[in-house]
Amino acid sequence: MNDDLELELERYELFAGPTYNFNFNRRQFLKAFSGGIALIVPVTNLIAHQDQGESGRRGNERVPDDIGAWIHIDEKGTVSVFTGKVEIGQNIRTSLTQAVAEELHVPLDTIRIVMADTDLTPFDLGTFGSLTTPRMAPQLRKAAAAARETLIALAAEQWKVEPASVRIMNARFVNHDASKSLTLAEVAKGQKLVKTIPTDIAITAAKDWTVAGTPVPKVDGRDFVTGKHQYTTDLRREGMLYGRIVRPSALEAKLVSSDTKAAEAMPGVVVVRDGDFIGVVAPNRETAIRAEKAIAVHWQAPGQPGNDELYAYLKKNAEAGRARPVGSVADGMATADKKLSQTYNIAYIAHAPLEPRAAVAEWTDGKLTVWTGTQRPFGVREELAEAFHIPQEKIRVIVPDTGSGYGGKHTGECAIEAARLARASGKPVKLVWTREEEFNWAYFRPAGVIEVNSGVKNDGAVTAWEFHNYNSGGSGIQVKYDFPNHDIQFHNSKSPLRQGSYRGLAATANHFAREVHMDELAQLVNMDPVQFRLKNIKDARLKAVLEAAADKFGWSRKKTDGRGRGIACGFEKGSYIATASEVSVDAKTGRVKIERVVESFECGAIVNQLHLHNQVEGAVVQAIGGALFENIQFKNGQILNGKFSQYRLPRFSDMPVIEVVLVDRKDLPSAGAGETPIVGLAPAISNAIFDLTNVRLRSLPLAPEGIVSHG
Amino acid sequence: MPNVTSLNVNGKKLRVDVDSQTPLLYVLRDYLNLTGTKYGCGEAKCGACTVLIEGQAMRSCVTPVSRVSDKQITTIEGMEQDGKLHPLQEAFLKADALQCGYCTSGMIMAAAALLKKNAKPSRDEIVKHMDANVCRCGTYPRIVKAIEIASGTAKEVAE
Repeated sequence: MNDDLELELERYELFAGPTYNFNFNRRQFLKAFSGGIALIVPVTNLIAHQDQGESGRRGNERVPDDIGAWIHIDEKGTVSVFTGKVEIGQNIRTSLTQAVAEELHVPLDTIRIVMADTDLTPFDLGTFGSLTTPRMAPQLRKAAAAARETLIALAAEQWKVEPASVRIMNARFVNHDASKSLTLAEVAKGQKLVKTIPTDIAITAAKDWTVAGTPVPKVDGRDFVTGKHQYTTDLRREGMLYGRIVRPSALEAKLVSSDTKAAEAMPGVVVVRDGDFIGVVAPNRETAIRAEKAIAVHWQAPGQPGNDELYAYLKKNAEAGRARPVGSVADGMATADKKLSQTYNIAYIAHAPLEPRAAVAEWTDGKLTVWTGTQRPFGVREELAEAFHIPQEKIRVIVPDTGSGYGGKHTGECAIEAARLARASGKPVKLVWTREEEFNWAYFRPAGVIEVNSGVKNDGAVTAWEFHNYNSGGSGIQVKYDFPNHDIQFHNSKSPLRQGSYRGLAATANHFAREVHMDELAQLVNMDPVQFRLKNIKDARLKAVLEAAADKFGWSRKKTDGRGRGIACGFEKGSYIATASEVSVDAKTGRVKIERVVESFECGAIVNQLHLHNQVEGAVVQAIGGALFENIQFKNGQILNGKFSQYRLPRFSDMPVIEVVLVDRKDLPSAGAGETPIVGLAPAISNAIFDLTNVRLRSLPLAPEGIVSHG
Repeated sequence: MPNVTSLNVNGKKLRVDVDSQTPLLYVLRDYLNLTGTKYGCGEAKCGACTVLIEGQAMRSCVTPVSRVSDKQITTIEGMEQDGKLHPLQEAFLKADALQCGYCTSGMIMAAAALLKKNAKPSRDEIVKHMDANVCRCGTYPRIVKAIEIASGTAKEVAE
């Protein structure tokens, strides 16, 4: 595994450490492959930047034992792309289709992307870390390009002409004067050809893209606007029962006693008890709810810390960090004209995907099939294998395109529960978590405490930077500023609540602390926040996005009366971002209103500007919640605001004017874009609130009750 | 206790044998297999379950089925007519007003109710009317644009 992947896969992406299991091996592939032409992408290509493999060979090759993805052209001419990635609203089904269409020179609608089915698609670690676009897309391009070259060679062979004289036009192969043509099906017919993609295959440079780089609409958009798309929650199997789980009274509560007699007496109800697990199934949802409510349970819960002691608790239980100092912070402090020490806090927040966790499980002849919305189909398969002590070959996990995740659907608890109920009842079982279960029994974005000590010269040069993140995570913790002396550390701690991945992970927390602190330093030396940052930037790409946002925002213009403005910039997962914002505060209520946001974003060559624009805009809207008001309240292992009537989410009326500036760098490889656009808003808003009110807010959420002291 | 309710869904008369207190949402989804209407919160706070009752937006997750007996119920499945998408459905595609799409049915139904009573709503009227519908992917600006396209008030087509 190379270094940058290791960096991206920080511990919160994965609960149960990834055990590599390249289960989709030669044997399985050959079982699935009956004829036509297949181009295989080895796993190693998806993990490392450098390509490996054989090149230039003709004819069949040995099928590698670590298949990462493959493209298949069957004898009917259908192009199928097999990838273990999942579609959760980030529109990779569309962007991967574009990539393949471009190289294969066929229309978009001839391509079918088969995603996230552990029986059909190769192993994939999961859909997270913004890796699909930088890793999967270029490899699928190579596979498609290799498929094109193979098909052209076959067509040329049929016509006994030179391959160079054969072209593809409108999904047909034509000879030099277009007097002869063949369809994909005609070329693929009777073939049984398998190749590993060669390393030296040329793919279309971003500057020459005609399919990628264009605003192709969501490929299956019509199914979504008509309600036809079947999410996991919509599936139905013959004889299917409905499940419910009896939940503990609090986190880590132990079952003392239960009385299930009344529920068991209900017609059609099966009660399943296994250790502390109690669940019910019934022929319909209403009966399942009645049965669940009829079960009397007594739980014993340990006392646990609540919100009021959270940050002290995280500090108290922190482990030593790993110091990797650059230069000397002590020397840097000694040369500083001014010093600053500040602490920043980050609350737990919930993903609240609109489609809750759901699973439909079915056992047939000892084989388990589970349909479930997860970002890690193979991880969930592993969890199921462990839970039921059966080999992974006996489990199939299928992920229908899912009602979002934002990092919240990495785990398989709902799948396990549904499978447990299905095994006991001998029937397929559907389990859909309620909204309350989502809040109480899933996991949260980690809370954290961040301490920053810094030194700065009066001319604005930062001379020392010491940064400690307790518990919230290491993503985005490194600086792109040109700081000569720094010591940046992440400290593990003990989390009172279950925590895990979230869109952008700790990059939001780390950008928040860093960019608010930078604003404080600018204030300390009486410099304009943009000029102060530029003084400390050498990185041209960071400078470019910062200037792009400041320009579009009109930073050099006179401020609008009654409004404050703030800016922040950063880098994460291969892409650069700057966010400028303008806020107002209602004099009577103290409510903070984000009036305007300008966000510039650069992720290399843009694959689909329509969906990129949509992702950036969506990230800004989602970021409003964590910045201003989202905050999980808890005490003694209970979530106190675990429903939509209590947990404030961004709504239409919170929406500012959002202006997105996309910097297209056709000379640079494409990076993923699902996460990084979320990181800049919180610090930009805090800085804008300070600009307007002189109140410096260092805790997320910034103003759940508004700015009370204002006016 | 079980009883039979007659319903009029998307122009079709139907009878279902369910407890009269069962929320309409589950009658649609579990008994009539109309799964386009979604569960999001169960307390009328997210709008994923929005349907039209006599042209008005209602939260089907908190509406007992007995209350809508013999009323005209329209779900997302009833919006497409003879293979032709409703102008709002067209507009949502045109404005790319969805990411994961889970809120889309409820958004379209809520917007349809708005356009029924106000054919040319202002931006503020759209925001006010739609404020009880949640999109976690954050496509609000595009949904507003889609409603403006459908109502003919859009100044420009979405980028």
